[in-house]
Amino acid sequence: MNLLPWTIYLSFIGASLAWLAGRRWSAPARWLALLTALGNLGIIGWAALDFSPAAETQTLVDLPWVSFASYHLAADGISMTLVLLTGIAALAGILFSWNITHRTGDFFALFLALIGGVYGVFLSADAFLLFVFYEIAIVPKYFLVAVWGSTNREYGAMKLVLYSFAGSALVMAGLLWAGAAGISFDMNFFAAQTRILSQVQQTGMFALIFTGFAVLAGMVPFHTWAPTGHVAAPTGASMLLAGVVMKLGAYGCLRLALPAFPLGLDFFQPLIAALGIAGILYAGLVALVQTDFKFVIGYSSVSHMGFVLLGLAVATPRALAGAVLQMFSHGIVAGLLFAVVGRMVYERTHTRDLHQLHRLPLFRMLPFAAVVFSLAGIASMGMPGFSGFPAEFSILIGTWQHNALWAVLAAIGIPVAAAYTLRVVHLAFFGKIAAEEISSADHPPLPPTTWPERLGAVLLLAVSITVGIHPGLLLDWIVPALQSPLMQIVSNGAAQ
Amino acid sequence: MNAYYSELFSFHLPEVILTGGALLVLAADLLLGKFSSEPVRRALAALLGMLAMGFAAEALSPYLRGDTSALGQLCLLGLSGLTLLLIAGTSRLRHPAEHVALTLFATVGFSLMVTANNLLLVFLAFELSSITLYILAGFDKSSPASAEAALKYFLYGSVAAAFLLFGFSLLYGLTGEIELAELGAKLSVLPASPLLVIAWIMILAGFGYKAAAAPFHLWAPDAYQGAPAPSAALIAAGSKLAGMLLLVRLFAEIGFSPLGPALQTALALLIAASLLLGNVAALVQSNFRRLLAYSAIGHAGIVLLMIGIAPADPQMAFGDVLYYLLTYGLASVGAFGVAAVLEANDARGQKLSDFAGLWQRSPFLTICLLVFILSLAGVPPLAGFFAKFNAFYDVLGSLDSAALTSSPFFWLVLLAIAMSAVALYYYLQVLKQAFIAPAEETRPLRIALPATTALLFAAAGIVLLGIFPEHFLRLLF
Repeated sequence: MNLLPWTIYLSFIGASLAWLAGRRWSAPARWLALLTALGNLGIIGWAALDFSPAAETQTLVDLPWVSFASYHLAADGISMTLVLLTGIAALAGILFSWNITHRTGDFFALFLALIGGVYGVFLSADAFLLFVFYEIAIVPKYFLVAVWGSTNREYGAMKLVLYSFAGSALVMAGLLWAGAAGISFDMNFFAAQTRILSQVQQTGMFALIFTGFAVLAGMVPFHTWAPTGHVAAPTGASMLLAGVVMKLGAYGCLRLALPAFPLGLDFFQPLIAALGIAGILYAGLVALVQTDFKFVIGYSSVSHMGFVLLGLAVATPRALAGAVLQMFSHGIVAGLLFAVVGRMVYERTHTRDLHQLHRLPLFRMLPFAAVVFSLAGIASMGMPGFSGFPAEFSILIGTWQHNALWAVLAAIGIPVAAAYTLRVVHLAFFGKIAAEEISSADHPPLPPTTWPERLGAVLLLAVSITVGIHPGLLLDWIVPALQSPLMQIVSNGAAQ
Repeated sequence: MNAYYSELFSFHLPEVILTGGALLVLAADLLLGKFSSEPVRRALAALLGMLAMGFAAEALSPYLRGDTSALGQLCLLGLSGLTLLLIAGTSRLRHPAEHVALTLFATVGFSLMVTANNLLLVFLAFELSSITLYILAGFDKSSPASAEAALKYFLYGSVAAAFLLFGFSLLYGLTGEIELAELGAKLSVLPASPLLVIAWIMILAGFGYKAAAAPFHLWAPDAYQGAPAPSAALIAAGSKLAGMLLLVRLFAEIGFSPLGPALQTALALLIAASLLLGNVAALVQSNFRRLLAYSAIGHAGIVLLMIGIAPADPQMAFGDVLYYLLTYGLASVGAFGVAAVLEANDARGQKLSDFAGLWQRSPFLTICLLVFILSLAGVPPLAGFFAKFNAFYDVLGSLDSAALTSSPFFWLVLLAIAMSAVALYYYLQVLKQAFIAPAEETRPLRIALPATTALLFAAAGIVLLGIFPEHFLRLLF
């Protein structure tokens, strides 16, 4: 358990080593990155065995740091879930980036630095520390997208990073205001502090901090960075963006905004729920008409994150548990979808235009990709047996208990998701050309899928199915964490 | 020499050592210069200059505990030392001994600025540093741009000095005192008078010039662009740190608490203008040094924000300004150092596009530039982030938390935060060239050992100050 902070340090050490090794050779940089990711996953696995779910967060490190904040790392079931997600997503991201040959060392160094920041956010128990790690994770994204990306990469990268930075400026303003009002940044004290703040203060601070983080969680109308950023990013980076980085935003909302300012949540609850539902429906409908394969997945990410926001807004224990589970599930499934689109299809066919892809019988040319994508699509639709089902289901149940209309509106998102997923599966993989024409000169056979791709895909699918069949694995971690005094404030406050 | 003078001598030992060192540098060059080549002369001058800095720092060490101004002097010595290394490592100008000696004289001026307790001495120190900096800005006699930089810097500077002197003379006229402590005591019992406000606004104008705060910033882009890189680094780093520490002390010793509303308004206008103009104008720059100049104007806004809290809590304001401008200075010296290395190799390093493909030519330089620029942008874990957050935290903390929104400083902090998001755009333009753009010129860069040392020190300083800020700030309290 106490080794958990080493996920942060190991990531940064791995980043430096990969950079150094990459100056001369690319293979060692790749292997170093893989070893780092495996090492992190090992640490997480070890910690998970050791982890006994409880209401209290378990402090890992607590050192004096600066006058207003301490270097306080801690974990509870929610952090454990998301740390595990990060470990898996990082490993899969590295496997799907195995073919990076341009500036390999730099790529993996930035990749691991981003991961290190993400681990830091999920393990921080101090609002200032969390913010520091959150900002550390911003800059590597820019370079990952701008150097190794594809369509419109410099635009996508700049948009992504400016949105993130603008969001973090809002968070910074909120934190500073809270600090000036006498709030200590240690999250364990939030419960005691909410009393000293007036309604106006709570509402204002909540608005700043929640909005700032929600930018990164893809909340409508601040979501527009997500599709362009995801599309421009190289496969590994878009897996991280959708899989982990959007979770940073949702996690920030859940950990800082909700418990510290419950009156703010009361005030904004209908608005956030409305924006969440708007995200689910609007992004889903937009995904339905895209012609770029990757944009479909990009918008579907926004749509799925809408469920998370809805869960956060409702803030009953069941809805929150569903939201955390949805973060995990979407991280795995969206990563897989981006991997298939970006790595398996685009890098072989060099097109993401659905109508062009439709002229190719990809089902026969890339059977592995077709099967994986279909399964991932089913998972993304929220079908039972995959991780998305228990997550979206408990969000909807939790919402229903709170406000039936919201639940009905959000539930419309599920057939919409089915529609755009089936459309894209059909267009992309089940093309028009008969099997015998494949090997003609117009359609030379595509290179077969490689072992890192297969390994990564199997890993992600296995995780999604395991959690889908036995969601208790994670819920046993998440639910006790929601019983903590901090989270009790959230659900009590919002129930009024 | 009587007892009084010998005491004075020991109090001023660091300045005496620096002055002696400067004379020694000149003498050594005069005697030995004839027999040696230009690089040897440059190395010798820089070495003697560094030794003088080292001895001066040694002379300061007994006072470091409990004396905040000694720490300020030490930081100034460090920043000047880094510029000396840049002279040794990147400069190709003639008369290296004069270059080094002038840098030492400027450092004497900085050091006196931080410690002066008397209006007359304040003004003399201010002028000593300014005049040496004018010469340093125009030190490249082969370049018209350098002459232009010096002329603009001089014209604005001399007008600013006149404002400052006028302000001081009004203070003297009102109280009949020039000792800061007694002046402060008399001012505190003086009824509010418009003359006092005028005096302070004059003083603010003088210091606004030193800090390159809008609307007194017009010299900055040209001076940054035209001056030789080590001189520009000194203007950006040391001069600004010394000037602002002096202003904090003036506010603390003779300022009145709370600030009069008129003065507060004037300061708030300076801050808002600097934040807006600096950050917005930097967005469209294609010249690296002009970009740094406009970013400096934006940073000046934040520094003045911290100075606004000096009357309430001088100790905290001193610490925050020192930390902020030390980290800012390290990043500026470093950024000018990177540009200077490029100029030494390619004879160009002014335009942003001259940085294209730096990652192919020198990974070391790219990483250093990354550290400097991201620290200026305020990205953690680099020191620039903590400096900024700490500044905002302390400014807001010093306000009355019940009536937070009625204070202009609250809104200025929000403006500064918003502007820091804008600023990231232009800082990333630099990094985009250095880290992403392909190289036109793929020759590897040669970096002389002193320049490597300076860049390494600056980068390491920024990282360490950023990760362990408290270890530095604790030295002050």
